[in-house]
Amino acid sequence: MERRDFLKTTALASGAMLIPAFLKPLEALAQSDITGFKNLVVIQLSGGNDGLNTIIPYGNDIYYQKRKTIAINKPDIITLDDMLGFNPNLSALKEIYDQGWMSIVNSVGYPNPDRSHFRSMDIWQTGSDANQFLTTGWIGRYLDAACQTCKNPYTAIEVDDTLSLAMKGNTLKGIAVQDPNKLFQTSREPFFKDIVRDHGNVNLNEDNLGYLYKTMIETYSSADYIQKTAKTYNVTAEYPATGLGYQLKTVSKFINSGLQTRIYYVSLSGFDTHVGQQAQQGRQLKIYGDAVAAFIKDLKQTNKLDDTLIMTFSEFGRRVEQNASNGTDHGTANNVFLFGGKLKKPGIFNAPPDLTTLDNGDLKYQVDFRDIYANVLDKWLDLNNSQVLNKNFAGLDLLATV
Amino acid sequence: MDNAKHIKHLYARAGFGIRFEDLHDQENWSIKKTVKKLFKASEAVEPLAALNENIDLRPKPYKDLSDDEKKAIQEDRNKQEKSLNDAWVKQISETDALLREKMTLFWHNHFACNIGNAYYEQELNNIERANALGNFKTLLLQVSQTPAMLQFLNNQQNQKNHPNENYARELMELFTLGRGHYTEDDIKQSARAFTGWAYNGKSGVFSFNPGVHDNGEKTFFGQKANFCGEDILNIITQNRQTAVFICTKLYRYLVNDVPDTEHVNQMADVFYRANYEIKPLLEFVFLSDWFYDDKNIGNLIKSPVELLVGLNRQFYISYQNPDVLMQFQRTLGQVLFRPPNVAGWPGGKNWIDSSSLMYRLKIPSTILNAGYIDFTGKPTPEDEAYLAAEKKQQLNVIKRVQAQPDWDRFLKAIPTGTNADMIAQFMLEPAVDKPVSDEIGSTTDLKTAIIQIVSTPEYQLC
Repeated sequence: MERRDFLKTTALASGAMLIPAFLKPLEALAQSDITGFKNLVVIQLSGGNDGLNTIIPYGNDIYYQKRKTIAINKPDIITLDDMLGFNPNLSALKEIYDQGWMSIVNSVGYPNPDRSHFRSMDIWQTGSDANQFLTTGWIGRYLDAACQTCKNPYTAIEVDDTLSLAMKGNTLKGIAVQDPNKLFQTSREPFFKDIVRDHGNVNLNEDNLGYLYKTMIETYSSADYIQKTAKTYNVTAEYPATGLGYQLKTVSKFINSGLQTRIYYVSLSGFDTHVGQQAQQGRQLKIYGDAVAAFIKDLKQTNKLDDTLIMTFSEFGRRVEQNASNGTDHGTANNVFLFGGKLKKPGIFNAPPDLTTLDNGDLKYQVDFRDIYANVLDKWLDLNNSQVLNKNFAGLDLLATV
Repeated sequence: MDNAKHIKHLYARAGFGIRFEDLHDQENWSIKKTVKKLFKASEAVEPLAALNENIDLRPKPYKDLSDDEKKAIQEDRNKQEKSLNDAWVKQISETDALLREKMTLFWHNHFACNIGNAYYEQELNNIERANALGNFKTLLLQVSQTPAMLQFLNNQQNQKNHPNENYARELMELFTLGRGHYTEDDIKQSARAFTGWAYNGKSGVFSFNPGVHDNGEKTFFGQKANFCGEDILNIITQNRQTAVFICTKLYRYLVNDVPDTEHVNQMADVFYRANYEIKPLLEFVFLSDWFYDDKNIGNLIKSPVELLVGLNRQFYISYQNPDVLMQFQRTLGQVLFRPPNVAGWPGGKNWIDSSSLMYRLKIPSTILNAGYIDFTGKPTPEDEAYLAAEKKQQLNVIKRVQAQPDWDRFLKAIPTGTNADMIAQFMLEPAVDKPVSDEIGSTTDLKTAIIQIVSTPEYQLC
C-alpha cells in the first residue's frame, strides 16, 4: 500500500484523524521547483592523503631525492604536463581530466597548520582559524544562513551512518542517509510512528524536548520524502563494487531523481600511510579514481554534470621527506580537486608545490582552503561567503559563470 | 509528591538517574539529608586500574622496530584503549560514588585530552577523580603536570628561546578564564613561564627541567617578575573570572543549557570565597531553591555516556561483549577518552541530529529487548509486517549485542500497584504529556510499557 493511501484509509478508519501537518509542505511542492538545481558533492579523504604521491611533481629532482623508496617511477606516472603527473592508480581520471572536467589546486592549507588528524579535520570541516574552536560546520552554517525557507534536513545529505561536524549548523543540520530504504525502515517503527503522529499537530515548545520532537518529525518527513523520491530513478551506469562506488551511486540516484538537495557529503578513509605507503595509498587512490570517474561519466550521460560540482579534500598533506618505514608522516599543505562541467580553468589551476622553500620540512600553503569554500559559496551556492566564514574571503576564480 | 520529584531530579543531575529502591528509601527524606548521603557515598576514591603497562616505556626504540613489531604495538595500544574505556563505563555503571563519577566526567570534558597513550589517559583520569570534589586549584596544577596534558598541548616542546604557546593558550581560553579575558601578549609571556615543564621520556614522570626554563622577567596581567608556572596559575585563579567561567560551565552541566547570570554569580561568589573548594559549591547548587525550579527539571539532553550508563544502572545490565558499549559510544558521538578536540564535546543540542536521534531512540530497546518494541495500538497491515520482520531478527540482534538486563531485580523493586503511567512518571524526567501517557497506558503488560518508556524522546532528557 502506498503511504498516502495508507494514511487516507487509517484516517477514515479512525474517523477524525487528520493527515499530520508535517507532511503537507511536501505534498504541496510543485515539480518545477526541483529542476535546475545546482549540487555540490564533497568527497573527504580521511587520514591525510599524501598529495605529493597523488599529483606527483615528477619534474622536480627534490621529489626523488626526498623519497628514495616510495617515489613513483617516472615511466609509471601519467603525465599531465612536464612537471606534474597522476599516480598510476588514478588512470581512470585521465579521461576526465582530458575532457576538461577536473581542476587541480596545489598547495592548499591554512596559517599555523595543525598536524593532528582530529584538529585539522575540524578546521577543514568548520572553516575555522587554527586557534579557533567552532562547534558548527561550514555546510551547517550555510544551511543556517540560506535555508530559512528550506528548513528540511535533506537540503544537505551525508551518505553515511553518522553526521559529520561539517554538516551541523546552529539551528539546522543535514541528515545522514547511508541507505534510503534502511532509514525509511527505521522510521516505520510503529511505536515511533505513533508518537510522531500524536505530536505532529501539537505546537512544540522551544525547549529541548520540543527540539527532540521537531527533529524526530523532520526525520520522519525526510525519510519518507527521500525514499519516495529516490525510488523513482534507477541508476543504470556501472559503478565499481567499492564502498565509495556505492556511495556515489547513491548520490547519483538522489541527484537524478530530482531530490531537493544542494549538498552531498561522502568520505573515504585509509590515507594515514606512515608505513608501507605505496601499496596502501595505491589501493585507496584506485578506489577513489575509479569511483569518481564512473560518477562523472554517469552525470555526463544524464545531463547533470553542468549542475554538479565535486570537491575533494583531505585534512592535511604529508611531509616532503619520507620516513624510515617506507611511509610519510603528517604534513601540511595539500592539493584539492574540483570536478564538473563548469570549471573556469580546467587542468592545473596554479603553480606546482614548492619543494625548496619549506617550513620545517613541510610545504608552505599558497591557497587558504577557505578561499575555495568562498568561491563555491559565492558562485555556486549563491550566498555571500562572509555569512558562513565569519569574515569575507576574496575567493579563487575556479568556476565559470553559471 | 513534590519532595519525591525533587529527589528524583537531584539523582538525575548529581548522578545518573534514580532506581526504584532508592526512591522508595528516600522518598520522605529532606533534600539536605539526601545531599549529605550523596557526598558520603562519594567519599571513597576508587581509581581506575585497568592498565599497568606504559607502552611508551618499552625498551626498544620505536624507530628500530620492524613493520610487524610496529603493527603489534598498535594492536596493544588499541587493546589498552578498549580496556580503559570498558573499565570506566563499568565503574560508572556500578559505583555508589555517583557524584564523584559525575564530576569526574565533568572534569574529563573540561580538561579534554586525546592522545594515543591510554596509560597516561588513565593517570589523568585518576587525578580528575581524586580531585573531583576537592580543590580546583590543586586539580589544575596536577592536571597541568600530567604527561597526558604535557604531551597533548605540546608543553614538551616548550623551551627557552623556542616557546610553544599551545598550553598557555588553552589554559586561559578553555581551562580557566575563557575567551576575551586575556591578551595575546599574556599568552606569549606565560608560555615562557611554563618552559621546562616536561615529563621524562624514560620514566614517564613529570620533572621540571631547569636547563630549558626561561628565567627572564615576564609581564603577565600587568605584573612584572621572573614568574614560574605555579605563579601564573596563582595569578589566573586570583582573578574571579576563573570562578565565573567554571561556574558557567558547571551550571550548564548540572542545571540548564542557558546560564542564568544571577545564579551563576551566586555560584561564583561561593566558589571564590571557598578558595575554589568544589564541595561547598556543589552543596550550594543542590540546596538552592532555583535548582528545583520547574524550568530546570527534565530539560537537559543526556550525553551518550549518561544515556548508556543510566540504562546500565537502572536495569543492572551485564555485557558479555563490552566492545558493543564502545560501538554505541561511537555511533552516538561520544567515545570516552576521545574528545573531538581540546574544547571537549560541545553537548546539549549538539548531541542531536536526525541520525543520532534515531539511534538514541532505538538503542534502549536494542539493549533491553533485542530491538523489539511491542506495539499495542491499532497495528495496520504495514505495522504488522514491520513487527514480524523485527521479531525474526531478534536472535541476530541478541547475538550481536550480548547484553543481559536483570529484569527480575528491576521488576521486583517496583512497588505493587504501580501502573504503567506511574512508571513513566518515575522513569521520565520531563512532564509526561497526554499522547505519551495514552500510548504507554494502552499496553497490557509492564515490560512492554517499560520498553516503550525508554524509547521515548522524553527518556533522552534528564
